Amino acid sequence: MSNAGLAQFQQVFIEESLEGLDTMESSLLALDEGGDGELVHTIFRAAHSIKGGAATFGFPEMASFTHEAESLLDEVRGGKRAIDKPIIELMLRSVDCLRGMFDRARAGEPLNDATSDGVRGELAAMMGREAPAQAGPARRAGDQAGAWMIQFKPHAGMLASGNDPLRLIRELAGLGELVVEADLSRLPALARLDPSECHLGWSIELKAPVRREDIAAVFDWVEDECDLSIEPKPTAVVTPAPAPAAAPAPANIADAAAARGTREASAESSSVRVAIDKIDSMINLVGELVITQAMLDTFREEFDPSRLPLLQQGLTQLARHARELQESVMGIRMLPIASVFNRFPRLVRDLSQKLGKQVKLDLHGEQTELDKTVLEKIGDPMVHLVRNAIDHGLEVPEKRRAAGKHEMGTLKLDAFHRGGNIVVEVSDDGAGLNREAIVRKAVERGLIKSGDGLSDEAVGDLIFQPGFSTAEVTTDLSGRGVGMDVVRRNVSDLGGSVVVRSKPAQGSVFTITLPLTLAIIDGLTAAVGEERYIVPLVSIIESVQLKPDALKTVAGGGELFRFRGEYLPVLRLHELFGCEGAKRTIEDGLLIVVEGDGSRVGLFVDGLVGQQQAVVKSLEANYRRVQGVSGATILADGSVALIVDIAGLVRLHGRRKAA
Amino acid sequence: MSENAGSEELQSQYLTVNLAEEEYGIDILAVREIRGWTQVTRIPQSPPYLLGVLNLRGAIVPVLDLRLRFGVAREEYTPTTVTVIVAVDGRNFGIVVDAVSDVLDAADSEVRPVPDMGTTVDTEYLKGLIGVDERMVLLLDVDRLLRLHDRPLEAAA
Repeated sequence: MSNAGLAQFQQVFIEESLEGLDTMESSLLALDEGGDGELVHTIFRAAHSIKGGAATFGFPEMASFTHEAESLLDEVRGGKRAIDKPIIELMLRSVDCLRGMFDRARAGEPLNDATSDGVRGELAAMMGREAPAQAGPARRAGDQAGAWMIQFKPHAGMLASGNDPLRLIRELAGLGELVVEADLSRLPALARLDPSECHLGWSIELKAPVRREDIAAVFDWVEDECDLSIEPKPTAVVTPAPAPAAAPAPANIADAAAARGTREASAESSSVRVAIDKIDSMINLVGELVITQAMLDTFREEFDPSRLPLLQQGLTQLARHARELQESVMGIRMLPIASVFNRFPRLVRDLSQKLGKQVKLDLHGEQTELDKTVLEKIGDPMVHLVRNAIDHGLEVPEKRRAAGKHEMGTLKLDAFHRGGNIVVEVSDDGAGLNREAIVRKAVERGLIKSGDGLSDEAVGDLIFQPGFSTAEVTTDLSGRGVGMDVVRRNVSDLGGSVVVRSKPAQGSVFTITLPLTLAIIDGLTAAVGEERYIVPLVSIIESVQLKPDALKTVAGGGELFRFRGEYLPVLRLHELFGCEGAKRTIEDGLLIVVEGDGSRVGLFVDGLVGQQQAVVKSLEANYRRVQGVSGATILADGSVALIVDIAGLVRLHGRRKAA
Repeated sequence: MSENAGSEELQSQYLTVNLAEEEYGIDILAVREIRGWTQVTRIPQSPPYLLGVLNLRGAIVPVLDLRLRFGVAREEYTPTTVTVIVAVDGRNFGIVVDAVSDVLDAADSEVRPVPDMGTTVDTEYLKGLIGVDERMVLLLDVDRLLRLHDRPLEAAA
């Protein structure tokens, strides 16, 4: 039963309910750890709002499911039943089920599935009852008909409650063809007519084989404020030709409105909740900006050199306001990382139970704010790291005792600012990386020749190599290895990096460094021939100018240069991007030493033009992804410059060499 | 609504452009704007007819040269060379043509199928042709042109 009018509210309902489910989950977990009875009320309230919303917004299956959960909670709340492990377990699974239902509701699929039916049965069984009948589309005879006659007579006061009969008729028109006839019999004489009251009634013929509930749903909001009858139209009666004058016009308008509504609903987009003080500060800034602009505008009428200092002051102000406004607009996209952290208590609890380990989860810096896009994409890599830490990092209690450590292992998640970046750390006090096993595996896989002389850092880095992540490795190795290359790729797609530090018997720390925002980056503008490219500042280590003899050519056409005791490959940007008119001899140009995807290379360009903040624009919006390019930006002169993606360039270079 | 109800003839409007001695029509509903030729930023690893991208009020829009797309050499970009911005499936593209000439009204019944002939264009990019007085206007299938232009690129990526 979805119709255009409800669709947008449904979206809000789903978002709010998902938040409610999060609350339920975290409260249940707190209860599990011996939280107080007030938590039961919190859980009950969350369940109750979901139930109420589900019924209102047309998800009867969800409402009946939540009703079962709520009944069980009510028994707990009323003291009829003590809260114990099995109840918490079952409630947690109910939360999972409801999440699944919301996912399916968004996808427009049937809400019930085998799991939800099973859990519903368990809920009922726990309360000592049979599972109730499905609240599915059970139909009474007469609920279905080929056409319907609807008598709709609003009470005089209906308009005052904000309900517009035209909207209802438009919604009906969304169900099928309408013939609407207005009933003017209640219309008073003009002198006595109160325009704020509704004097009209309608008799509506709906020529569509829909269910009674679907029609009733349209009138959900006005049930108490009108006389309504919905009768199946007897099919034996020949439908009279619709009166040409009265009906078609409103029906057509309604059609168009319904069509527009559907389009609006289908253009679904995610939303952000913004604190009102953020908006207020922005409005203030815009106000300031307007004042400054008005002040500068006075120079248009007459310009007197004596007022030059005023002009300079105005421009300085303008620049400051623009920068502040930029910061606060960017701030809208920033959300606390708590929304990602909050999913871990449950994960840690489930995993540690399954593996027979004792884990204490320590969360820090939950209020650290991250760009919404980054936030959405950092969850999966973090789940990987947390799962690995519990699975492979932390030891079972006996081993910990033997090693002289507390039986309860500690897993710490931390988020904080460092420089222009956000750092997220996942650390454990487990066994640490098993250096010998990693080196052995890496030698077997042909990643390295031998482990001699490798720093701990370099060994840690090996686990991020592709090919180091098969199931066989993890079981053999009793170290980490599940999809670490995927973790690194995901993080580097966000413009960040991940490294591991580990000490035997003391644990490991995975450090993810992320840019504050994806929307604006600091970059250096590099010239290559006639073209300009932006190199992100975060990936630049330094730039060097080489002497002709500093370049070593290796068999196969590759070039290397020596940089702080390491030999790094040279990537010539003009070759990779096919630029014309670029400098070719190494001593004429500049090598920018950059790091991407964990490997360092020298990027050969003609020279550096300057530094600038680049507003990142997507190439994909109108075109497609281009390898080696992460986006584009607009330069001060209005032309477009591409932003190079170092990790992509490295991959591109590797492929060119292999080809 | 009411105008359509009575007449069965559906009218369409086409923007006609000149390209290598021929005249092509682009469905005017797809046309977003017409702008003079400006320098574009080249995109690496793209086919030669994809000239690059330009800044359309803050959006990055790819530009392709219809001459090069159809395998006709481009001598030079002159003051009359124009970029027609078209929107297909919510995506914007710039198409570089020699010049814009006219807006043409034509009933859908006037559109004739394209015979196999020796034009410079592969007939698969055309959805029909219209005879106007002595002239002949070839109707471009913009959707198809840009879709076909997309596919080999995706494969190469």
